[in-house]
Amino acid sequence: MAGARRAALDIRGGGTKAFYAEAPSGEPLDLTRLAGISSYEPTELVVTARAGTPLAELEAAIAARGQCLPCEPPRFAPGGTIGGMVAAGLSGPARASMGSLRDFVMGVSLLNGRGEVLCFGGQVMKNVAGYDVSRLLAGSWGVLGVICEVSLKVVPVARATATLCFDWDEPHALRQLYGWAAQALPLRASCWQQGQLRVRLDGSESAVRAAQRKLGGALLAPDVAAPWWDSVRDQQHEFFHLGDADLASGVCLWRLSVPAVTAPLDLPGSRLIEWGGAQRWWRSAAPASQLRAAAASAGGHATLVRAADKSPGAFSRPSEALMQIHRRLKQSFDPERIFNPGRLYADL
Amino acid sequence: MNATPQNPLPEERLQRARRQAEVVEALARVLPSRAILSRHEDTVPYECDGLTAYREVPLVVALPETDAQLVALLEICHALGVPIVARGAGTGLSGGALPHRFGVSLSLAKFNKILKIDALAATATVQCGVRNLAISEAAARFGLYYAPDPSSQIACTIGGNVAENAGGVHCLKYGLTLHNVLRVRGYTAAGEAVEFGSEALDAPGLDLLAVVVGSEGMLAVMTEITVKLIPKPQLARCIMASFSDVESAGAAVADVIARGIIPAGLELMDKPMTAVAENYVHAGYDLAAAAILLCESDGTPEEVDEEIGRMTAALEQSGASRIEVSRDEAQRLKFWSGRKNAFAASGGISPDYMCMDSTIPRKRLAEMLRSIETMAQRYGLRCVNVFHAGDGNLHPLILFDANDPEELRRCERFGADILETSVRLGGTVTGEHGVGVEKLNSMCVQFSPAERESFFGVKRAFDPQGLLNPGKVIPTLQRCAEYGKMHVHRGMLPFAELPRF
Repeated sequence: MAGARRAALDIRGGGTKAFYAEAPSGEPLDLTRLAGISSYEPTELVVTARAGTPLAELEAAIAARGQCLPCEPPRFAPGGTIGGMVAAGLSGPARASMGSLRDFVMGVSLLNGRGEVLCFGGQVMKNVAGYDVSRLLAGSWGVLGVICEVSLKVVPVARATATLCFDWDEPHALRQLYGWAAQALPLRASCWQQGQLRVRLDGSESAVRAAQRKLGGALLAPDVAAPWWDSVRDQQHEFFHLGDADLASGVCLWRLSVPAVTAPLDLPGSRLIEWGGAQRWWRSAAPASQLRAAAASAGGHATLVRAADKSPGAFSRPSEALMQIHRRLKQSFDPERIFNPGRLYADL
Repeated sequence: MNATPQNPLPEERLQRARRQAEVVEALARVLPSRAILSRHEDTVPYECDGLTAYREVPLVVALPETDAQLVALLEICHALGVPIVARGAGTGLSGGALPHRFGVSLSLAKFNKILKIDALAATATVQCGVRNLAISEAAARFGLYYAPDPSSQIACTIGGNVAENAGGVHCLKYGLTLHNVLRVRGYTAAGEAVEFGSEALDAPGLDLLAVVVGSEGMLAVMTEITVKLIPKPQLARCIMASFSDVESAGAAVADVIARGIIPAGLELMDKPMTAVAENYVHAGYDLAAAAILLCESDGTPEEVDEEIGRMTAALEQSGASRIEVSRDEAQRLKFWSGRKNAFAASGGISPDYMCMDSTIPRKRLAEMLRSIETMAQRYGLRCVNVFHAGDGNLHPLILFDANDPEELRRCERFGADILETSVRLGGTVTGEHGVGVEKLNSMCVQFSPAERESFFGVKRAFDPQGLLNPGKVIPTLQRCAEYGKMHVHRGMLPFAELPRF
């Protein structure tokens, strides 16, 4: 029907990521009623759920069987859905060690701009039949169509965990992280901010205990550590909070994705560093061009996550050769530009 | 079974000769003469890849030595509308590198340099023609290695691995090629430089790297690949467990995983395979067992001890009739020797074999093996089975004699039957070998016309003229219609009622 009248649709789940990417536009297409876990096979390590299924419901169901989504997708606020999680393609603290959300997508069914429901991938991990369109949809922000159902790989929850704290400056913390990354350690997540590095070890009892002895540092109490990691994952940590005064004075929240071994960046503002150095958050009032240039010269890119004014564009742009491929993909999947037009790039 | 007639008409041969002269002349302007092969005796060695049943002599073979030469070649082929079939070591098992009769086979053998091993970042940047194992060898001095280990890893190239999204016995724990590649650099069919992914953990825009990996040379020509390296585990130990029936072996796989264990490798061999492997390597396999499971743990000595204990308990509870844990590295390698040599051993007992590669949900394992047994009787051919049990990826080896055309036809029908049964059980027609030309018909069963059309849409987005490896991976509507008719002739419908998700 939308195809016939060519109205733009804003695909919506829980609305928890409406602030991310470019601003939504068009008639809301509410997917929250397309909900429910369609199948869950703990011994197959796979769960299939419809797009509107609340992420909290899915996480509770798999936690009951001792499993989890290892990429720890950020939830931002209650009410987020599986479809939104995949469309945004964001990953949390464990991404550097466990892989990204896209790595755990096994299959997707998609409603394209011609009103066809298409299935890509499936419910098995090893699957090279046809192009891997299901993983292309992870992080596509809905521009290729409506994700209707998703199959995800799940993994067992680690049997033991410990969070260690070190009072180190940024260069020293980064050097230590690089050294640890090259050793067989159960290092699952890291976060540096304001002179303190925190690392989370997850693994078997023996591996976590041995690593604890090897790394030293101060042990953070488990009942403090778990909610603290959640606050980083969900951006509830105070670092991520921009008040009205911040926004009014031009402070923005930036995400810089750079090679982990990038030297400390010299930018105005304050920073929080995750993923062993590969994800660097900045609260900064510096011009977009300065942050984008810093990220690009390190071989990475910068996303304008929260700001009063997103006119510099939420995402860095790929090369013109790749933009051409983006446009042709959009043309192929959604020729009338019905779904989430402009959500990823204004001209897409 | 070839796509082209065995005896082309004289006009067609004349047309081909003219085209060849035209392409050779154009390429000679940008490539040294040693980099262009066009005489029949020079191009015949390129007529197939690891799937030798399908052969085609390419129009021209080109072996550029630099990026500049490659770009010039691509621009010429683009201008002339000449198909390009990129090729690495030619070890692929699905005919993905099968030449095009009117196309250039692009050998990337000269792109064989390791550009950088960055121990600090734990990455390796290599040219596409570098062998899989050579990366781990170069990284070994830093205590690092490249995890995906297809069984052809001594010979196969990283470029081919990326094209096929290659797996291996360790991908249950360490992921497929896709999970271990950070960045791919290369060129579009028009010769334009492109870079997918980055040395950061993500890149802006759509995740094009995810579609390029596993695209079987149809979207871009890749020249440089950056992979993730991981620390070498201090220790690995392997359990060899025997089962008196395949059902309990299948249940054991589920039990291990249900206990929250992800083994470094979890492989199954059925009784006929075990006998063939034992005869070849003398590893001391239990010949009385209906199935053997190899279950590996790696990590620190403490981790391995803990995990081996938990694995053993799971296997015992699932009814293993015999359990042996490797005492040392020599014994561990011995346990694996039969599995790693399964294909070679099968080659020793039959003139030819066809290796299938479907994936099914693990829980359907026993059911699938029973179905294959029944099919073996129906088609009158022997079949031995090795199985990446941990991730449900089957490798039934159908034994046949390719010199007997009737036997070859039965073998092909047997193979198609296995693939379609896999789809019916909720799986896929190829887990790690790719579609190539071999599984084109089976793609008609797994995907709807609209799904196949959207694959063509992806292809056009990268390669609007359709010059890169044309005719592979995605079957045309017409081909599927013909395949559908053939099925009706045999009294079967092509599973129109199947839920496909």
